[in-house]
Amino acid sequence: MTHPTEEQLIAYREGETPRREEIATHLKECGGCRSELERIGAVLRVLGEFPVPEPGEDYERRVWQRLAPKLAQKRARWWQTWLEPRRLATAGAVLVLVVVAFVAGRITKRVRTDTTAAGTQEQVRERILVVAVGEHLGKSEMVLVELANAEPQDAKQKHVNISAEQHRAGDLLEENRMYRQTALQQGDTGLASVLDELERVLVDVAHSPDEVTPAQLESIQKRIEAHGILFKVRVVGKELQQRQDDMKTAPAQGGQQARERNKT
Amino acid sequence: MKESVESLRETDAIAVERVLAGDRDAYRTLVERHSRNVHRLAYRLTGNAHDTEDVVQEAFLRAYQKLGQFEARSNFGTWVYRIAANYAIDRMRQRNKEDARRELPETHGPDGAEQDPVALVRDESPSPERLMQSTQLRREMERALNELSHAERTAFVMRHWEGCGIEEIAAVLKSNTSAAKNTVFRAVQKLRRALEPFLDARAPAKAMGTEG
Repeated sequence: MTHPTEEQLIAYREGETPRREEIATHLKECGGCRSELERIGAVLRVLGEFPVPEPGEDYERRVWQRLAPKLAQKRARWWQTWLEPRRLATAGAVLVLVVVAFVAGRITKRVRTDTTAAGTQEQVRERILVVAVGEHLGKSEMVLVELANAEPQDAKQKHVNISAEQHRAGDLLEENRMYRQTALQQGDTGLASVLDELERVLVDVAHSPDEVTPAQLESIQKRIEAHGILFKVRVVGKELQQRQDDMKTAPAQGGQQARERNKT
Repeated sequence: MKESVESLRETDAIAVERVLAGDRDAYRTLVERHSRNVHRLAYRLTGNAHDTEDVVQEAFLRAYQKLGQFEARSNFGTWVYRIAANYAIDRMRQRNKEDARRELPETHGPDGAEQDPVALVRDESPSPERLMQSTQLRREMERALNELSHAERTAFVMRHWEGCGIEEIAAVLKSNTSAAKNTVFRAVQKLRRALEPFLDARAPAKAMGTEG
């Protein structure tokens, strides 16, 4: 064959030529073309030394920290949402509550024939909701109190680790959504409104970095303070406790109290 | 090795599913796993630290926004890589237009070298002769790479530094495989023309034992 062109030699080196065997045979016989191929290789080898600056040990974390605030929460596909383990657990817990409420309603119906079935079932469901939400608010209060009191151990500390509070806020967030929806369905708009405000704070905390700077921590604390959410959670928590106590003595008054709070 | 690659791919697929199910923080796994590779590609395509960071951020942001279009059987690393390469080409074209508008002179002088991140990379045997030669060679490499068209630079970087296949390059360049191959060949030809004289100059230095 005649001497291959430069482009054919490059194609040969790239392994992208249909005439591979033909060129290989020629190269065995032709010192000039071998030398030409070697010179192409030498340029590519030198280019292989072109340096890329090392971005630093914590580069991955820095990329995430800059990126995270720009990411909107994705709207989940409904079936995926319900198949998530954490949601499945919460949904399971709510299902158990509903079943218990249903069974308890039937039992109450049999025992207390003087009360209407609908009224009794509503009371029992409300009692279960009151107990569960009261417990949820207690846990949320603890997380908010811990965050409100968190501070760097000394002035030199550049980051405060809030990963424990962050994870707990993430877990509480799922429960909170369920209880807020249930409260709305039951017409308890007062409770739903407080849960809605709590949810926003929990979202903020759950989506914060594991380690925050003292300035970021102060910003979280200010947000908690600005909404007065800790106070509201305490008030509603106490009120739910009161409702729980009242229900034990006079079950019929529970629904009335919720309606009064909604008016307020 | 193959197993670990497979398991990485599986955990990537799980993270993608979790993000699509509404768990935004699951995306962190994907970002932390692939950001270093995307950084390397972005730097080689843009040649400067500022554009590199912009490409890395934008690539992961776009990948997040388009995650619904990502096919579960695909490789997330390759996918985000392609997004980064596409964005880098657009970004560099845009930058060229802006530079042309401002009519800024090229800065290859000592001031430019000071700000150049390449200058921050340590040289393991910094004898004055070698330093001078390698600094000059680096500058020539940068100059030669900057003189390639965006398509040629992308094709060359993907092929020779990132080991991508011709089909992958063609997808990024939005061309067919034959055109992509020719773009690679043309890039090699141009780089050879630009750099061979400096290699010839370096060869006697080697013979004199000033290197290595």
